[in-house]
Amino acid sequence: MDWGAFNLSLQLAFYTVLLLVPIAMLTARWLATQPARRKAIIEALLTIPLILPPTVMGFFLLVSMNDTHALGKIWRSLFDESLVFSFEGLLLASILVNIPFAVQPALRAFEGIGNDMREAAATCGMSRWRTFRRIEFPLAWSGILTGGVLTFAHTLGEFGVVLMVGGNIPGETRTISIAIYDQVQSFDNASAALMAGVLLAISVLAISITFLLTRKPYIRIRA
Amino acid sequence: MSRYNAISPVFPDSNYTGLMIRKLLASLLLTFLLPGALPALASDSPLVAVASGMQFAIREIADSFQQDTGIELRITLGASGKLFRQIENNAPFELFIAADDSLVQKLEQMQRTRAPRVIIARGRLAVFAAHGSPWQADAELRGLASALDANQVTKFAIANPAHAPYGQRAREALQSAGLWAQVKDRLVIGENVAQATQFAISGAAQGGIIAPSLLMSDKTSNRGEYALLPEAWHQPILHSMVLLQNSDETTMKFFHYLQSAKAQQILSRNGFTPVL
Repeated sequence: MDWGAFNLSLQLAFYTVLLLVPIAMLTARWLATQPARRKAIIEALLTIPLILPPTVMGFFLLVSMNDTHALGKIWRSLFDESLVFSFEGLLLASILVNIPFAVQPALRAFEGIGNDMREAAATCGMSRWRTFRRIEFPLAWSGILTGGVLTFAHTLGEFGVVLMVGGNIPGETRTISIAIYDQVQSFDNASAALMAGVLLAISVLAISITFLLTRKPYIRIRA
Repeated sequence: MSRYNAISPVFPDSNYTGLMIRKLLASLLLTFLLPGALPALASDSPLVAVASGMQFAIREIADSFQQDTGIELRITLGASGKLFRQIENNAPFELFIAADDSLVQKLEQMQRTRAPRVIIARGRLAVFAAHGSPWQADAELRGLASALDANQVTKFAIANPAHAPYGQRAREALQSAGLWAQVKDRLVIGENVAQATQFAISGAAQGGIIAPSLLMSDKTSNRGEYALLPEAWHQPILHSMVLLQNSDETTMKFFHYLQSAKAQQILSRNGFTPVL
């Protein structure tokens, strides 16, 4: 059992959710109120990571994060470190790959609210921020959370992109799915089965917690 | 005061947002604490990239090295060509052991190395037939040839000749035996020799040309019959190692340890021909 890989996958998934979900939420909120044609084009662009095979995404990222290309060069000049084959590079790749998973559910949720709700709030004298905080956010919450959970689960399971840009370095880029692959290649089926089992249990647990959280709670209304 | 199962959570007095944010923070905290509680491998232990055909030998040597010096190693396995590509793209490996000396030479020419390379062992090729296969493994591949003629072999495993040294040598051996044209359309290609071996010993393929060094662990032995192929049939499989630019003193220690009599003994016990 490779606890290091396990630890790494959880951290990768955690930071991906932490960084991506707020951005995805704001993007979705903005996109939901855009004219239909503009929305269609931007939505299509944001869905690209879902359509491309992970290996193709990985290849693009491998090339662009290399020290000789813009992204890698900028990173090198800022931190004096290689971006490719590092945890930070993996995190960047993971955020890009997960954009559709985080944006889509949130976008559908914000679209479902409708302009009349916002207009009604404005009529009541609520500011745009207050409308967002007290009305839109609570209504879109389950969509945002679903996006977060999909991102978390997808990051734990991501294989192709990690294989391309990660380089299978213990403690740095060897995630749990790569470790399982490694153990199968090391003829260690018992460890692979154990890790796969733990991963399955964690996934079911994560999804159950989400369903629990998105359930509409009883709320107190003061007379 | 009364309780309602609210249809819409937007009534102004509800504390719904706050409740959700607290729940979210709690669950985030949980996922954050969990990773921290798990043990992590020290990231300053030497990072070694090793051709996958040497995996059992290198683990044994690494264990013995740890016993003697207390230094733990981080090992990444893969096809030599793939590892070479990653080093070319600035992967932070400190020591590279390839199953193909020419790759290491190339790194020297690219001035990615710190000290001259050392050839530590020669590998062999083995033809393998899983238990219950319709043919016998023999050094001249006569069993394979007649099984191919009788159409009894539908899947035959080798490593990827495009970037795995054992795959390139397997192709040469099959060409020397005059079987390449016949076997070409029945090949299943492993990403590296370990995967090809996996295909063959699991019985998923009816056989394969693989590394005997991978058939000597208790995880892989007794899964079928194998025979060593004549070395004259292919270019020598030279396992060559080199210290890369970012290696330090600790890695250097392991580099020297690999050349010790103890390490050479482990290599020979694992199906390699020591050359030092």
